Amino acid sequence: MTLPHKGSRPAWALGTTALVLALSASQVLAQDVIRIGSITTLEGPFATGGQDAYRTMEMAFEAVDYTVAGKTIEWIRESSDATPDVALARARKLIEQDNVDIIIGPLSGAEGIALRDYSRTLEGRTIVNGSSGAADTTLRDPSPNFFRFNTEGTQWMAGLGTHAYNDMGAEHVALVAADYAFPYAQVFGFMHEYCELGGAVTKLWSPLNTTDFSSIIAQIPSDADAVLLIQGGTDALAFLTQYAEVGGDLPIIGGSITADQTLLSARGPHQRLMEGMVAAGPIADLNDDPEWLEFVANYRERWPDGFDSPSIHAFNYYTNTIAVLQALEEVGGDLSDNQAAFQEALANVEFTNPMGANVRLDDNRQAISDIFLTRIVNDGGTMRTEAFGRTEDVSQTMGMDTEAFIALGSPSRDNPDCPPAR
Amino acid sequence: MSLQFILTVTLNGLTLAALYFIVASGFSLIFGLMRTVNMAHGALYMVGAYIGFAVFDPIYGSAWYSYAWLIAIVAGIAAVAILGVVMQVVFLGWMQGQELRQALVTIGLSIIIADQLLANFGGSPFQFFAPDMLFGPVQVPGVGRYPVFRLFQVGLAVAVGVGLWLLLNKTRLGIMVRAGVDDRQMLAACGVNVPLVAATVFALGAALAGLGGVIGATAQPMALGVDARFLLISLVVVIVGGMGSIGGTALGAILIGLAEQWGQVFFPTYSVILTFVIMAAVLAIRPQGLMGRKIA
Repeated sequence: MTLPHKGSRPAWALGTTALVLALSASQVLAQDVIRIGSITTLEGPFATGGQDAYRTMEMAFEAVDYTVAGKTIEWIRESSDATPDVALARARKLIEQDNVDIIIGPLSGAEGIALRDYSRTLEGRTIVNGSSGAADTTLRDPSPNFFRFNTEGTQWMAGLGTHAYNDMGAEHVALVAADYAFPYAQVFGFMHEYCELGGAVTKLWSPLNTTDFSSIIAQIPSDADAVLLIQGGTDALAFLTQYAEVGGDLPIIGGSITADQTLLSARGPHQRLMEGMVAAGPIADLNDDPEWLEFVANYRERWPDGFDSPSIHAFNYYTNTIAVLQALEEVGGDLSDNQAAFQEALANVEFTNPMGANVRLDDNRQAISDIFLTRIVNDGGTMRTEAFGRTEDVSQTMGMDTEAFIALGSPSRDNPDCPPAR
Repeated sequence: MSLQFILTVTLNGLTLAALYFIVASGFSLIFGLMRTVNMAHGALYMVGAYIGFAVFDPIYGSAWYSYAWLIAIVAGIAAVAILGVVMQVVFLGWMQGQELRQALVTIGLSIIIADQLLANFGGSPFQFFAPDMLFGPVQVPGVGRYPVFRLFQVGLAVAVGVGLWLLLNKTRLGIMVRAGVDDRQMLAACGVNVPLVAATVFALGAALAGLGGVIGATAQPMALGVDARFLLISLVVVIVGGMGSIGGTALGAILIGLAEQWGQVFFPTYSVILTFVIMAAVLAIRPQGLMGRKIA
């Protein structure tokens, strides 16, 4: 076969011209479009939470009609299964193939740390957290390209240890917690206050996805004044059912994902123990703030098939999304110069989240905001959480000096520790 | 560690073993005796629970609420038995002896079943309310307050075990089943309708999975994904106990139940591994299982 020398040149030239034209056309287009990618868990153990997260994200984009500062928002959704390697692969896909400017996500703790590390290798791209709540994502070794506008696991427990010791009079609690990073952070937040006041904690760890807690229940000391339950989803459901079955009657103090919609909307014997359960976290279903009432009303109207009230993940994704939209508006959608102006605006953005709490960032780009004490009430046959206390401006270091706080060490199974005297 | 604590944890292990036995005995019938590779056993367990709950939920809200749980058990058993017969007749019967094919077909079926359950019932977990008679604590000597439902599980498991033993050893159907295990063709030559016997046994095994589903979803929360867990438990129990032996299945279930509960006390994070250590040890020392027959 001979190559058609003569005939090829015009075709080649034409092809190049077309390519150049196409490229410049797409560049023109690219400047009018802001591509936002997102990652949540639509697979695996937190699938219902992930689905709910996208509901409110969609509401945030619909509220601005997918336009910010005259530019169109293109939203590319991805899904993970709550494991860090999958979250990382999907983030790579969004950056490398879809060429997104900003990623909003992920949902779960270990995923957040993986994406924080990945964000450090990026230039001119920004990752804004979705709902992940591991403390170290922003506390230790933070990345300049990673922002988190939701508060995290340790912050969420603010005020609860004090309430347990002072108001409930519990001097010794039995901790029943899942054995992984997020509960460590929550336990740290609780014990930080509680041990300081003189409380004692007996720790009972269980692997994630435990379904039979009977032998854990048998180990709850007879002199404990309350049970601190840092479990989520079906694990919490299993514990409460089985604790009700042995006639357990200690008051229950919950973690921030214990009293979530999985537990509140599930029907079963656990409901007998849940009423009156106290917990702490960034949201409460029943809150008189007009912003919250409007948010819930909009949510219910837009998603009749959704939950009775937006979940914690929906709230966190929404909070992070509106922060991004506000920063984009401030810089007029300008993402040039490796997003320098945008990141600057993002770091200084200050706004009110749907709970009516002020949100601003610290130097590690971690949110400082309000935390609520909540109690489960029977609201006309439906179980809901009601706010009864509020700690304002909770920082990641729980009001301590950053260096002193870091010196306390990473939250772990053994840190902190204040066992009962024997 | 007090004596009371030791007794409590041991009783926890035995009561958990009872649940495992109910589910695994059906698997033992189908896989151990009939040699039908049924990787959809966990899916059958889940279908029993979901169908049971679909019937239970509306009745529990009505005046008939005290019967809701019993009706759920009947519904769960019936639905899964019918599903089992359909699986055996449409898919598995004509590929008897082709293990790989059966394994792949049943894995495919279990994926389809799980997705159908997700589409129809959603992803939220649920749990049955046990009837008031079976809910709450009773005093057990040496243990103290103990959930009455867990004791009921043991009674039910014993009843299932004795029933199966009588069925297999004292009835005409039992004779035909055991003969079919040894030589299908000779049994057919004797004028026995072998496919009918096979379908009956499959229905029985599936019905036990359905019963296990409702009982299991009363003891523990039911959510998507438990199918894999219970399939794995059934496999381990039957392999440890010995294929096709009811006594072996009971022994296997007791070992796994005790290992899980004592593991939770001594090394909570790694308790899952203990189960597999037992299986590996049994396979290494006695490959046919603790009470299994040696296959020539």
